[in-house]
Parts: sequence; C-alpha cells; structure tokens
Amino acid sequence: MKLIQNKGKIFFCVLLLSAAVSIFSSCTTVKEYQKNKLNDAEMTLSARKIEKTELNFQSYREGASGANGGKTGGGCGCN
Amino acid sequence: MKKICLTVVGMYLSLLAAFSQRSPNTDSSYKSRKLKFEEVNIVSSYYKQDGNHAAVTGGTGSQELTDLSNSIDLKLTRYDKFNRKHSYSLEIGIDHYTSASSDKIDPKTLSSASHADSRIYPSVNWTMENEKKGTTIGAGLYASTEFDYKSFGGNINFSKKTKNRNGEFSAKVQAYLDQVSLIYPVELRTGANQGEHDYATTGRNSFSGTLSWSQIINKNLQVMLEGEIVYQNGYLGLPFNRVYFSDNSVHVEQLPSSRLKTPIGLRANYFLGDRLIIRAWYRYYKDDWNIKSNTIQLETSVKINPFLSLTPFYRFYQQTAADYFAPYQVHTVADNYYTSNYDLSKFNSNFYGVGFRMAPPKGVFNIQHFNALEIRYGHYQKNVNMNSNIISLHLKFK
Repeated sequence: MKLIQNKGKIFFCVLLLSAAVSIFSSCTTVKEYQKNKLNDAEMTLSARKIEKTELNFQSYREGASGANGGKTGGGCGCN
Repeated sequence: MKKICLTVVGMYLSLLAAFSQRSPNTDSSYKSRKLKFEEVNIVSSYYKQDGNHAAVTGGTGSQELTDLSNSIDLKLTRYDKFNRKHSYSLEIGIDHYTSASSDKIDPKTLSSASHADSRIYPSVNWTMENEKKGTTIGAGLYASTEFDYKSFGGNINFSKKTKNRNGEFSAKVQAYLDQVSLIYPVELRTGANQGEHDYATTGRNSFSGTLSWSQIINKNLQVMLEGEIVYQNGYLGLPFNRVYFSDNSVHVEQLPSSRLKTPIGLRANYFLGDRLIIRAWYRYYKDDWNIKSNTIQLETSVKINPFLSLTPFYRFYQQTAADYFAPYQVHTVADNYYTSNYDLSKFNSNFYGVGFRMAPPKGVFNIQHFNALEIRYGHYQKNVNMNSNIISLHLKFK
C-alpha cells in the first residue's frame, strides 16, 4: 500500500515537473506595449484587496495558511 | 460599535475633502519629486458563521460569530533625485466581532464582556523601486490590538526583475511578536488569575521567510511559484479553549510551544480571448503538527464589457488532523498535548460565490475619482457542521 502511495507521489512530482518545464520552455519575451492583457486589474498575481477578510477567516478556520501573500500566523488571537 | 461607525464615516468624509482639491497639470516627461496621491482603497466586509463545535466549550456548542471589518489604505508616491520611485502606504483596519462561544468563558454570567470586542490594526509600508535596474526594496510595520491580544510586526522585502522584464524574483522576511492575555475558563481560574481585568500575559512569536518567482509566459498567461517557511514559538493555543477528557474532567487546551509550517503555492492567470480571465491557485501545506493540506481555487472573470465583469469562484480545501486533536471526551490523562478545536481536525471545505466589478473610464456613477467598485459574496461550508457567509465591498479612489 505504501509502495503504491510512494509511486503515486513520484508520478505526481514528475507530472508537475514536466508541466513546469514545458510551460517555462514555451516562454516568449513580451514587450511592454504587448502587456495590455497582462496588466488588466483582474490578472494580478496576488490575492486581491476584496479577498482580504476571506483570507483572514480562512487562516483562522483552517489549519493551513500561507503561500498566498497574506499573513501566516501572528497578528490576531481570533476565535 | 457607534465609535466604529463614526470612525468609518469620518474617514470617508476626510477622503471626500481630499478630493475637493484638484491637482495641477503635470508634464508627463517630468517626474515630480513632490509627494503624489496615488489611490485610496476602502474595504468593508460582513462575516457570519455558525456551527456546533466551539473550542471554548470543548468541541461542542454554538460557533455563532459575526465580524464587521473595515479598512482604509492610502497610497502616496514620489521620485527622488536618482529617479527612484518611493511608495508609501498607510492603512488602518477596525474589526468589531461578537462570538457566542467567547461568551462561555464564564458561563455563569448571562452575557459577559467577552461576547463582543473590537480589534484595531494600523500598518505602514514603504517601497523604493529602481525602474532602470528593475529592483525594489521595501519595509513595513504592523500593529494590532484587542482586549486579550496585542501584536507588533515588521517585514523587509526585495525583488528583482529579469533583464527582459518578464520574470521577477521576490524575497520577504516577516516577524510578529505577540502577547496573549491568559484568560482561562472561569472554573479553571486559580488565585493569581481570578481578577477581572488584571490578566497575566505570555508571548507568541512568528517568523517567516517567503521566496517567489513570477514569470510571463506569453501575452495571455503569467504564473507564479511561491514557497514559504514559517516558524512559531511561545504560547500557541488559546487559554480559554476547554478540553474534556474521557473521565469528564475539564482542562485548558495544551499545544506544543513551537510549530514549523511549509506551504508552497502555484498561481496561474490566463486571459482567454477578449472576455474571459481564468485565475487558478493551488497550495500544498505541511507542518510538524502533522497537518497536511491541499487547496485549489478557480475564478473566472467574465467581462460583460471592458469595464464591467462578473466573477464566479470556487475553492476546495482539505486537511488531515493535527496529532493533538480529539473530539469531546476522547483525550485521556496520558496525552501530553490536547485540543478539541475543530479547526485542527480532519475536514474538507467548499467555498463558492460570485463577485461583481465595475471600473468605468469616467468613474463610477460618473464621479471622476471613484475609480472602481467591487462587491463579492461567498458561502463557506465545512463537512464538520460549520458554515459561514461573507459579503465584501471594495471602493477604489484614484
């Protein structure tokens, strides 16, 4: 059972790695004047301001937090 | 509550007063060294939850809670003599919450002071961007105060863009030094901690380091990989959380005095055609309390026209239980650490809803400086009998 689980993990990692390699290898240089879509307010690569309270309550109501630009502990003893 | 409402109204009126002064026209080729108003953001949210696994009452009892949250931030910029852009951000947030379970810290009273509280959290941030070199450095300070919890924090950050400005590496370190008031359940108070307002305090420290890499793949797609390491030490439980053992004795939650968290996240945003934006986010999380978690969030912004969009979203979250969790009356005296806080139990959650955003070129409702208005509603549901609703409003003035 453990062997199957480990094989599954290895397969997942290989899949993730090959996806990352294929994405990054397909990179093309985008000039500033070509970035109108990338600069759209809804294309921002971080949590948006309106999600602020959502991120807070999720970090209190769930055991996991972080890797989303928000706080990962500290700052509040909320219940 | 009245004070909070008056503060928010006061902030809004000062904002309107600020806009009554028109800024002089500036030549676009000249970068003024004067401090320039950039934007103001007001975010208000109303959150309401219910459930029947309150940690204060040992994993049983009402989790009813409401939270009215308001924050305002002001961003200013100026260029120095080396043509570096300095951005200053000042923010203040005020939350007012009521909690049915906090009221059970002292169940003998009909309703105690702990059933409601306010939290005030100001922060200041500064960044300096060298557009020529593609580097940014910054620092920030944060404070938060509520009746039983005080926090003071700071951060420094650095980022560097690649030569072709399509990739960016960022690093950030943060520290929070907190003080928790030791307010125990009334039946567990002894001698020194029986006073009403003279509670002892203890420390909780959180230190984190974040590394991220963002990359433009093509004209429509950009991705970001973010890894974080968080170390906490000190008093990591809450003093008013009860735990009932199998022999029906009652105890205060006991958790280890350190915790190491390692989340890693991947974000990808894709502009499909001219009207659709797909935002995807995945996070894997692991800590040394043995919580493992997967989170996936998908959002699709449908542009009704270039200035109006509708954003349905869905988020799935799954976690394993912490080693120290057990439900009501399951822990025994043999356990060194124990909690019946269901936020540390094994569960799945679903969060879904919709957002609406408008940012017309002439301003919202034709008010020139009213740059954008956004409303977002979400429903959150855990498979351990807890659910909540949240509605948020974001107003942006530019």
